[in-house]
Amino acid sequence: MGLQLFSFLVAGVVVITGALGVVLARNPVHSALFLIQTLFGVAVEFLVVEAHFLAAIQVIVYAGAIVILFLFVIMLLGVDTAEDLKVDPIVGQRTAAIITGGAILGLLLAVINSVDGVTGTPGSLRNTDELSATGEVLPNVDQLAETIFTTHVFAFEVTGLLLTVAVVGAVVMARRVPGALQALPGFPSTDSVESDADLAEEA
Amino acid sequence: MLTPTYYLVLSALLFSIGSVGLLVRRNPLVMFMSVELMLNAVNLTFIGFAWGLNDIGGQVAVFFVMVVAAAEVVVGLAIVVAIMKRRDGATADDLSVLKG
Repeated sequence: MGLQLFSFLVAGVVVITGALGVVLARNPVHSALFLIQTLFGVAVEFLVVEAHFLAAIQVIVYAGAIVILFLFVIMLLGVDTAEDLKVDPIVGQRTAAIITGGAILGLLLAVINSVDGVTGTPGSLRNTDELSATGEVLPNVDQLAETIFTTHVFAFEVTGLLLTVAVVGAVVMARRVPGALQALPGFPSTDSVESDADLAEEA
Repeated sequence: MLTPTYYLVLSALLFSIGSVGLLVRRNPLVMFMSVELMLNAVNLTFIGFAWGLNDIGGQVAVFFVMVVAAAEVVVGLAIVVAIMKRRDGATADDLSVLKG
C-alpha cells in the first residue's frame, strides 16, 4: 500500500467520523468542532493529490473563517442548548430522511460502479503543453493562477461582485430596524422591542 | 494504488451524511453545517477528477465553490441572526411565517 493511498484512507476516516459527529452531536458547538475536523480531513485529501493552494485555502477560509463565524453566531445568540434528537417533529421524518440518504448513497455508488474509470493519466497536472522549455512542471499555485486570471477572469470579477453583495446584505439584515417584522404574527409587539432598545441606549 | 474512484466513493459517503443531517436536524445552524458537508463532498469530486483527468479546471471550480460557500454562509447566518433576535430558540419548524 503506497503512502498516497495510506494518507487518503487515514484522512478519509477523519472526514467520515467528523461528518457523523456534525450530524449526531446534540450540542451545536460540538457540531461546529466536528465540522472543523471534517474540513481538516478534506484539506489533507486535497494535499494527497497535490492541490496545494486549495488545501491552504480550505484551512484558512473554511476551518478558519467560516467555522469561527458559526461559533460566533452560536455564542452570540445563545442557541447552544442541546437538541433532543429523539423527538420526531413530523411523524416518520427521521425514517424518511435516512431512507432518502441511503437512496442517494446507493444511486451515487451505482453510478460510480457503472463507469469504467476515469480516462487519463493521474498525475500532478503534468500536461505536455504546460511544460516549460526546460521540461519543468509549474507549481500548483502558478498553474491555478494562470487559469483563473486568463480563462476564468470574468468569473473571478463576478466573484468580487458577489462578495460585495453578500457583505452589504449581511449588514442590512443583521441591523436592528425598529418596527420591522413586528407586524407579523408570532413576533413580539413593537413596544417590547422598543423598550429593549431604549434600555440599551440608557445603559 | 490510489485512483479517482476512491475520491468519488468518499465524496458519495460525505454527501449522503450531509443530506441526512440537513433533513433530520432542526437547528438552522446545524442545517447550515450539513450544507457545508455536502459542498465539501462536491469539492472532493472536483479535486478527484482534476487529478484523474490531469486538468486544472477542476481546481478552478473548487476555488469558485469555496467563494460562493463563504458568501452563502455570511448571508444565511445574517438571516438566522435577524430571526433569532426577535424569537428565542427558534428551530426550523417554527419559521413558518412565509407559508401564507
